[in-house]
Parts: sequence; C-alpha cells; structure tokens
Amino acid sequence: MIELNFGKKLGALNLQVDVALPSRGVSALFGRSGAGKSSLINAVAGIVKPDHGRIRVGERVFYDRDSGTDLAIEARGIGYVFQDARLFPHLSVAGNLRYGLKRARGTHAVGWDSVVEVLGLEHLLDRRPWNLSGGERQRVAIGRALLRQPTLLLMDEPLASLDAPRKAEVLPYIERLAREFALPVLYVSHSIEEVTRLADHLVILSEGRTVASGELSDIMSRPEHAPLIGRYEAGSVLDCTVLQHNDDYALTTLRFADGQLRVPRIDLDPGAPVRVRIRARDVALALSRPMDVSIVNKLPGRVQQITPRDGPYADVTVDLGSRTLRALITRESCDRLGLQPGTAVWTMVKSVALDSRSVGFSRRPRSASPAQGPDLPQKPGAPAEAD
Amino acid sequence: MGGIEWDALLLSLKVGAASTALCLPFAIGVAWLLSRSRLPGRALLDGIVHAPLVLPPVVIGYLLLISLGTRAPLGAWLKSTFGIQLIFTTEGVVVAAAVMAFPLMVRAIRLSLDSVDRGLELAARTLGASRLDVLFSVTLPLMLPGILSGAMMAFAASLGEFGATITFASNIEGETRTLPLAIYTATQTPDGDAIALRLVGLSMALAVAAITLSEWLHRRTQRWLGRH
Repeated sequence: MIELNFGKKLGALNLQVDVALPSRGVSALFGRSGAGKSSLINAVAGIVKPDHGRIRVGERVFYDRDSGTDLAIEARGIGYVFQDARLFPHLSVAGNLRYGLKRARGTHAVGWDSVVEVLGLEHLLDRRPWNLSGGERQRVAIGRALLRQPTLLLMDEPLASLDAPRKAEVLPYIERLAREFALPVLYVSHSIEEVTRLADHLVILSEGRTVASGELSDIMSRPEHAPLIGRYEAGSVLDCTVLQHNDDYALTTLRFADGQLRVPRIDLDPGAPVRVRIRARDVALALSRPMDVSIVNKLPGRVQQITPRDGPYADVTVDLGSRTLRALITRESCDRLGLQPGTAVWTMVKSVALDSRSVGFSRRPRSASPAQGPDLPQKPGAPAEAD
Repeated sequence: MGGIEWDALLLSLKVGAASTALCLPFAIGVAWLLSRSRLPGRALLDGIVHAPLVLPPVVIGYLLLISLGTRAPLGAWLKSTFGIQLIFTTEGVVVAAAVMAFPLMVRAIRLSLDSVDRGLELAARTLGASRLDVLFSVTLPLMLPGILSGAMMAFAASLGEFGATITFASNIEGETRTLPLAIYTATQTPDGDAIALRLVGLSMALAVAAITLSEWLHRRTQRWLGRH
C-alpha cells in the first residue's frame, strides 16, 4: 500500500493529498495542468518537502512530519522518469543506463538484458543522448530509472513532450514494462487516453485536492467525475478479451462480461486481454432493439442514473448487467424518450468510434485482480503488499 | 635562441602551469559559492575576487608583499611551518600570477556552472547519487568546457603577468625573471634590443597558441556535450 497523506502550500496552489494506492500496477494521477500533479509526485520523490503529513511506500516511511522523518531523494529508492528525459549528455546511452544501476543497493531484480530487450535499446547503447529522437530518449530514460532497481516508479507526463507518432511509439513500451517488471508505477498525465490505456487505479486531482481515487473503470463510470475528465473524453472503460478476428472486413470481436463488441482489427491473439474506452458521446440510446441501422454494437440494459449537465446535455448511466456504460445525449432526447431510472434501453456504439486510440492492452486479466476497492484501509496484520 | 630566452620561456611555462593548478580548486570553490550558495557576504566575495581585474597590478604586488613577506605574520608562519619563502622565489611568482589570473578563471567557471541544468542534477539524485556524488559525476563533467577554457585563460594571463610579480617577487634571473620581466630587463640593457625583440616574438606566439588551444578545447568539449 502506498499511503500519501500530506499538505503543501506552493504559491497559489494548496496541495491537499489523502489517498492510498495499491502497491501493484499502474496508478494514474490525472488532472488539468496546474492541478498539482507534478508537485504531488515531486513530494513522493523528495524534491518538494511537504508542510505536514506522511508519505509511506510499503513498509518504508519517506516522510513523516511528526517523527521528523524525511529521507533524502537518493535514499528513497524511487525511479523517476521526467517529462524531458534528462539524460546525461556527457555519457553514452549505456553510461546513462549504468548510472543508476551502479548506485543501486540490495538485490538487483531488474536485469540489464531484460531492460534492453523490453525497451528495444540494443542498437542505441553506443549512441550519445543528443543523437536520439525524442521517443528514443524517453525509452532510455525509462530504462535508466528501471535499472536503478526502484521500489516505485514515478512518471511525470513522460509522453507530453512527444508528438503523436513518438507517443504511439513509446506507449506500448510503457504498457509492457508495467507487465514485465512487477513494480508499482505512479503515472502523471492530463491525457485520459494514456490513463485508460495504462492505469489500473485512477486518482483525480483538482485544484490541489485528490477528489477521487479508485479502480479505473469504477471511477470512469461515475458521472459525477465527468466534469473533471472533460465532456469530450469522459466515458466508460470495459475490460475485454479478444474473441475472434474477421480478416475480410478487418474487424475484431471482443468479449466482455455483458456481451460482445466489434472493433477495428487489433493485432492480438484470441484470448488476449484488452481494454476499451467508450466515450459517452459515442454512445446512442434506443427504446427498442434498433433494426436497419449500420451499428452492430447493440447492448441491452437499464437506465441506472440520469445526470443533467450544463447546456443541452444529459449523462445517462446504463446498467448492462455487471458493467455500466455511459451515454451523453441531449436533455431533449432524454425527455422525448421518457427516460427514467429503470427504463429498459438499447445502447449503440459505432465500431468506428472504437479506434486504436481507445483500445489498449490490459496488463492482466481482470479476474486475477482483487475485487475489493484498492483504497480500502489495510487490515492490521494483513500481509504487507509492498515489494 | 640563447640561454636568456630559454630560461625565461621555461620559467614562464612552469609558472603558468603551477599558477593554473593552484587556482583551479579555489576557482571552482569560489564559483560554486558565487553561483549556488546563499552566503550572506556573496557580493563582497565577488568584489574581492574581481579586484585584481581593476586594481593596478603593482597594488596587488604590494598587498602580497605586506601580507606574505618574511616579516609579515602570515609570511613568517609559512616560512617557519613549511619552510616556504615567497619573496624573491619562483613560488612567489606563482602566487602573484595566480592571484592576478584568479578572477578570469572564476568568471569562466561560474558561467559554466550557471549553465548546468539543475534538472540533470535532480535526475542524478533520483538515481541514487548523493550531493557529493552528483558534483563529481554530473556537475563537474558538465562544467568541463568552462573549466578548460578558464584554465587556458588563466595560463595565458599568468604568462604575461608583470606588475604584481616584479613588486612582490622581484626580478631575479633564473628565479623570478619570467618572459615579461626578461623583456623589461632587455630593454633596460644597452644592446638588448635584439633579445627583447626575440622575447616579444616568443610571447606573442605563446599567447596566440594558448588562445587558439583554449578555443579549440572549448569547441571540442561543447561538442562532446552535444551543444553547438
């Protein structure tokens, strides 16, 4: 368990953090710029000193105002990937990778060969940092942080300074590293696309406060968080597995708890876990089973909740059985259809809306993850989750 | 070239190298204090360090004489404890040249320290390096262009030091008579013009070589760091 409970005043920003994060998987820290995301992870790293409170990662207390504990940055055993890779220009790529490795204490759980292989660094080792592309630089920075043998990996918008093609190049490496190296990752981002592709746990930060924390699909499915996520991007996240491919039409069928989804072809073997983000604005509703429409993704359910929004919009949460799907429709449609909690509806999602940007690898099958909310307080005497 | 020219040249090179080496650790330390510390007397330190640039060299020489001469407390202590006598000796020339060249070296090193990206130092600490470790493994290597060009500047300036040297260490052949002092002596000697001219040529060649080497080293190390 990673316990972050501290406050810090930084100019106009009043950072008030109170969350517990699981000690496995990727926890995303999401918020607009200026929400205090970077200050938060800098406090975890030891770069920013809190005014009061406590920071604990597993068994190790990094900061505790009451007991006077404040570990030095280098003593915290964290890996930090900065937005601007910050590679040492006087060292080669191999020299950069070795920098943290040489200084790592304890057992070396992360091996040189596996880092070089997973991040595809073999052909870069002799190069100097200034000869690398932005994406390559960020991959080296990630490898360097991993080889430092961290107990926690901090990533501060590692893709934000890259253009779209470079982002697409680096993202799969980050997806892989979370799977390959059993290591908690705290990932700062203001891109909901990155967050849904990478994260298991989501923390939303708004004006310095942690306003929501929980399992990603759970947090995403709650309409009250939509304003924080943004009207355009807000939606539902479904964990699916690949069922089959239709090569003639370049389509893939996915299966999830409540049915199937047809999406543009994904290059993964049947059985592979994938995560699909369905934006609420891409979901339409009908009172009866829609016939004679181009849309193939039609799933029955019942209206669970209707949340009116500013202007013409209403956010409708539909219970599909075990999962929920959110639809952003107009209030006018809502009234015309007479929607109310309990109304039986059909949800429709265009396959075209589920492009590669909204479909990502899932790190592990959902069934393997504990069902309990990760931010429940740890029971005394329960086995430590850290390490 | 005769014995006079050789002696003066060798002595000058020796003094230049020794005074550069003497300056270097102090210059790095002072540059650090001026650039990174919140020392209360920073402005004063800045002023003292840069004084030799604006004071007449003879004033510096005289100040050295009254503080490090054999009868001055500090000079007496040096002599009794380490057996070092500065006046009338090569060591004295080195000290005089070092004091005069010091501000030049501090300026170059301080500029390079100011340009070191603090983000890289923080990154090094997240990778497990202590503050001291960061200094040697990141900060100093990144300062290398400034350190090298500062050292070359100090070396070149030491070769040309005259006023403080002649005031403090006097003009003794083979002991304190560096190139500029040898030129001065030659001009004061009847029929010394030929020697003086040869020494002047030598001085100019040395200065040009030092500046060229300094520029080249700077470019080389900047490129090594990926800067253009």
